[in-house]
Amino acid sequence: MTAINYLSNLAIPFTILLILTYGLVEKNKVFDTFLDGAKEGIEIVVKIFPTLIGLFVAIGALRCSGILDFVIKLICPIINFLKIPTEIMPLAILRPISGSASIAIGSDIMTQYGVDSKIGLIASTIMGSTETTLYTIAVYTSVVGVKKIRFVLAAALIGDLVGMVSSVIIWNFMS
Amino acid sequence: MLNIIWPVFIIISFIYAILNGRASEVNNSVFESTKSAVELSISLLGTICLWNGIMQIASKTSIVKHLSKILNPIMKKLFPDIKKEEKVHEEITMNIIANIMGLGNAATPLGLKAMKSMQKKNNDKNKLSNSMAIFIVLNTASIQLIPTTVIAIRSSLGSTNPTAMIVPVWIATICAAIAAVLSAKLLMKKF
Repeated sequence: MTAINYLSNLAIPFTILLILTYGLVEKNKVFDTFLDGAKEGIEIVVKIFPTLIGLFVAIGALRCSGILDFVIKLICPIINFLKIPTEIMPLAILRPISGSASIAIGSDIMTQYGVDSKIGLIASTIMGSTETTLYTIAVYTSVVGVKKIRFVLAAALIGDLVGMVSSVIIWNFMS
Repeated sequence: MLNIIWPVFIIISFIYAILNGRASEVNNSVFESTKSAVELSISLLGTICLWNGIMQIASKTSIVKHLSKILNPIMKKLFPDIKKEEKVHEEITMNIIANIMGLGNAATPLGLKAMKSMQKKNNDKNKLSNSMAIFIVLNTASIQLIPTTVIAIRSSLGSTNPTAMIVPVWIATICAAIAAVLSAKLLMKKF
């Protein structure tokens, strides 16, 4: 547990250290390059801002109307079987479909149940370990114009499911 | 996709709320939600700008090229049809490493290039080849060293330890990738 925490805390400083050293050794204009990248960061956030506003309103309405709790109760028996906490389900369903929707629903879950609670940590781990599967498949197949994608969607979704179940198992084990 | 999901979510919630006498809750939530979206975006701004800057430095160095050599041993197992000397071999390894480092801007163009190179050697242009399929599956598994966006969200929500899930993310993402590739290899024989 402490070793895992220590490693987690080391990951970012180590990565930055490695990249800056590389930049210096290869004689790049490190700070100018940094500024270029940081500027692009502003554009990224500005670009997703309208999406986030729209989705936060939709997800806030879902939760406040009580319909989210109703749906969660409805699908409870199925997911109890997979041992995924019901609170996580909205994220698990939306994660492969939309990146910005999962940011909205993920932060909603973390606010609702506590960012450092077990539910909050599971939600964080799911968000970090899975990808917007449907979007990725669409981009990579459309560039070559292939229509028959064979087993790709099935395999990718199996991967997502295993990622989600492992996130739950890890935090059950750590707490 | 969101053109359908978004309005449906809102319409259903509003009707459900009105029928259940929760109109005032929903009314308040509309304004609360826009406020949290603004707050989240502002705190995302800091982390994402910092990280994007650092990653811009990484993309100017040859770090991705150097690191992509570590993949050589598993490349043969993943892509038996692709020889080490081919250009596409390098495109694939560099795409995977760029993804792992979170260099989205660099990873996607490399990945699309790799797809085009593989399509040239593909016999049935309408159907993904085995290598192309495995490559897409790997990209959907998103093995990522530093899950920046989640860290930014966690710190904006006042977490006492925003990076606590980094190692758990590594474990979960590797399990997911192995499961995805293994099921792809199994399904490949039948479909």
